[in-house]
Amino acid sequence: MNEITHNNIGETIIEHRLENGLSIFVFPKPEYQKQFAFFATNYGGMDTKFLWKDKWEDTPEGVAHFLEHKMFDTKDGNALQVLTGNGVSPNAFTSSALTGYYFEGSEAFYENLETLLSFVSVPYFTQESVEKEQGIIGQEIQMIEDNPHWQAYMNTMKGMYKTHPVSHSVAGSKESISQITHETLYLCHEAFYNPSNMVLCIAGDVDAQRVIDVAKSVLPDVPGGVISRNYGNTEPETVNEAYREIEMEVSTPIIQLGFKLKSESDKTASLRQRLLGDILSEIWMGTSSPLYAKLYEKGVINNSFFCGYESYRDCSFLLAGGESREPDAVKEALLEEANRLSKEGIDEELFRRVKKAMYGSRVRMLNSFERLCVEQARGYFAEEDVWIFPEIYATITKEEVESALKSWISEQRISMVVIKPKGDNT
Amino acid sequence: MMTFKQKEILPGVKLTAVQTSKFKTNFLSMTFLDPLVEDHAAMNALLPFVLRRGTQKYPDMMQVSAALDELYGGAIDPIVRKKGETQCIGFIASFLDDAYIPESSQVLEDGIALMAQFLFEPVLENGAFVSSCLESEKENLMDRISSRVNDKQQYAIYRLLSQMCDGEPYGLYRYGEVDAVRNITSNGLQKQYESLLQNTPIEIYYCGSATFERVESALQSALSGLPIGMRKSLPPTQGKKVDNVRYFTDHMDVLQGKLALGFRIDKPILSAREVSCMMVFNAIFGGSTTSKLFLNVRERLSLCYYASSGIDRHKGVMMVSSGIAFEQYENARDEILAQLEDCKQGQFSQEDLHAAKRFVANQQKTTLDSQNKLEEFWLGQAVSACTFGPEELESAIDGIVAEDVKHIAQQVQLDSVYFLQGKEDTQ
Repeated sequence: MNEITHNNIGETIIEHRLENGLSIFVFPKPEYQKQFAFFATNYGGMDTKFLWKDKWEDTPEGVAHFLEHKMFDTKDGNALQVLTGNGVSPNAFTSSALTGYYFEGSEAFYENLETLLSFVSVPYFTQESVEKEQGIIGQEIQMIEDNPHWQAYMNTMKGMYKTHPVSHSVAGSKESISQITHETLYLCHEAFYNPSNMVLCIAGDVDAQRVIDVAKSVLPDVPGGVISRNYGNTEPETVNEAYREIEMEVSTPIIQLGFKLKSESDKTASLRQRLLGDILSEIWMGTSSPLYAKLYEKGVINNSFFCGYESYRDCSFLLAGGESREPDAVKEALLEEANRLSKEGIDEELFRRVKKAMYGSRVRMLNSFERLCVEQARGYFAEEDVWIFPEIYATITKEEVESALKSWISEQRISMVVIKPKGDNT
Repeated sequence: MMTFKQKEILPGVKLTAVQTSKFKTNFLSMTFLDPLVEDHAAMNALLPFVLRRGTQKYPDMMQVSAALDELYGGAIDPIVRKKGETQCIGFIASFLDDAYIPESSQVLEDGIALMAQFLFEPVLENGAFVSSCLESEKENLMDRISSRVNDKQQYAIYRLLSQMCDGEPYGLYRYGEVDAVRNITSNGLQKQYESLLQNTPIEIYYCGSATFERVESALQSALSGLPIGMRKSLPPTQGKKVDNVRYFTDHMDVLQGKLALGFRIDKPILSAREVSCMMVFNAIFGGSTTSKLFLNVRERLSLCYYASSGIDRHKGVMMVSSGIAFEQYENARDEILAQLEDCKQGQFSQEDLHAAKRFVANQQKTTLDSQNKLEEFWLGQAVSACTFGPEELESAIDGIVAEDVKHIAQQVQLDSVYFLQGKEDTQ
């Protein structure tokens, strides 16, 4: 066991790696009643093509998410009911990069942890249960396809990326999930749900040694095989399409802009690029920026406007969007402001206080156990030491942000999506 | 260690404070509690957004955000909520705790002062709200109201309640309606603002590491401009009996149908015992993943991705919401009602009851670990004039027996069924 304390953010992390390759992170929280356990695999919606046992597999879109649903089935019933019956709130989610299973509760922690580790690591699928789930997930897909914010995000991804699978819908489509069989699920489970491809993160007043003992007793002793993934090697630097318009039942137009960046392959730099990207977007168009105040006061944007940096393996981008009746004016103003900042440089005073504000906002978010555990898992898979962000913030200079702005932003790397209201509606 | 204290710090102004050092933030809210009425709803909803635009000290958006940046990225946001038939309007704030601030500072005091400046010292133009701010926030509020259609699940619940409770304050939307916003004048808003400052009870909530005395003293100086005098007490929310079941339908160009069912218990639920019974019943019926709705409507029949129930104890209303294929409307509705009937007949096992009790007890325990959940809880208590805490609610769960659940289920009556269908010409 290895214990690291970050005094500046008030976190201690106990870290341990089992012989089977599973990494365990525990955040001791002596004053809390609740515990949060998060068990995740480095497998998400974008991992459809992979090399496993000397063979390239090309699986349908939506398998990772489908697996997430079906993992709760056990030989004896359903783990969701077992955990809920045991007093905790279990759930799971699938993102482009990972699938995570978790529970939050305040009692019978080790027993529930055993259940969590066991149902996620022991597959039990039948063709019949797979077919039944196609009905439930089919409804889930229709639900998200009716969601305009999801459509704005998904289409921005498709607008930016030609080959990178971050443009896949995590849930897949009704058509793609109809190709999934119980064999597909067993194959993907075997490849991705082995301890060396997984991580366990826990926050709460728990005994780290007991956590390790439970993990050892439930999980296999040896690591699984090695997986290679293919994210499409031919992604061009420019966007796939600059503009896309979709009509939906919405009240005002919803816009989203994606700024495709060159991906950062140097892992030690990726946290730095993440923080740099956040500072840059805040200074450029965030709530602290002069541009935000100008566009808001003119009524071009409202407080639904957001911006930020996101990255996945082999791709990174800035996103901005919200409700606006003047999509072109937003895009134009953003480009104009980027030009102005490139020419005139960033205001020293603005840079200082944005850094101060972003440090504070990041620390404020650490009240959430879910945030701590999910961020730890994401960082672990991305090989980022996520908790040294205060130290990195301190070393980021104004010149670094200015040079990022110049090299990242160009008109050929912007994709915009507009969700337009369909006819009249109430 | 958590210390809890409530005190009326000025007439009609109550401070509820939870002192604990386990969070990284100081969490605060200042809320006016005004009866939800059609005449004022839109104005009340508009006010915090107009006030947030600038203070006498920080008169424009750039200066406001600079002030918040200097408070280490503190957040002070307008918030408009509906609890029972009370409209709760004000600000909710979060600031970094002293322990994480590199140099010594007064972030809490400065944050409280800034929050109070938003409420009591707005930037003015010839003695009135700045007209450009007023107009743009009216536009934003109209957009916010219209945008309720964007989230179809929430929209279905809104359409259900507005029709089911037509004529009752509970049927009003928390932000008011578009036409009412359009007609707001500077003068009218000013009058409503002054009336709130003079007459309306204020709830202040704090959770963080500071002592009660420190928070109270910061508030006493921040609130020095507040008119002192009697504040009206809130009228209690009224329950209602069901006459006959009503059916409502809308058509829209969507892929998935949304079913929403509204039920009534004819009065608000006020005691710790009744509230805990209701929560356990809800967990058995549709409020958890071991519930009848989840296991039958979703898992057994694969009719949906979600089917769940929720209660608003402040009104005595229960809602069931589900996303289904259009053609499954009758199947889903009948199955939901059949499951409720089973609860009324006591058709659930001791294990079901035990699981539901553990689930609800756990929810209460974890409330103590969340600043936001605690704030919601205590605001609700203020609205209902209840005094019991989450701990008392948790201990009341223990004694619940099957007969209690059956008894409360029998009081639940179906009032209205709403269905959001696909486009008319495709059906």
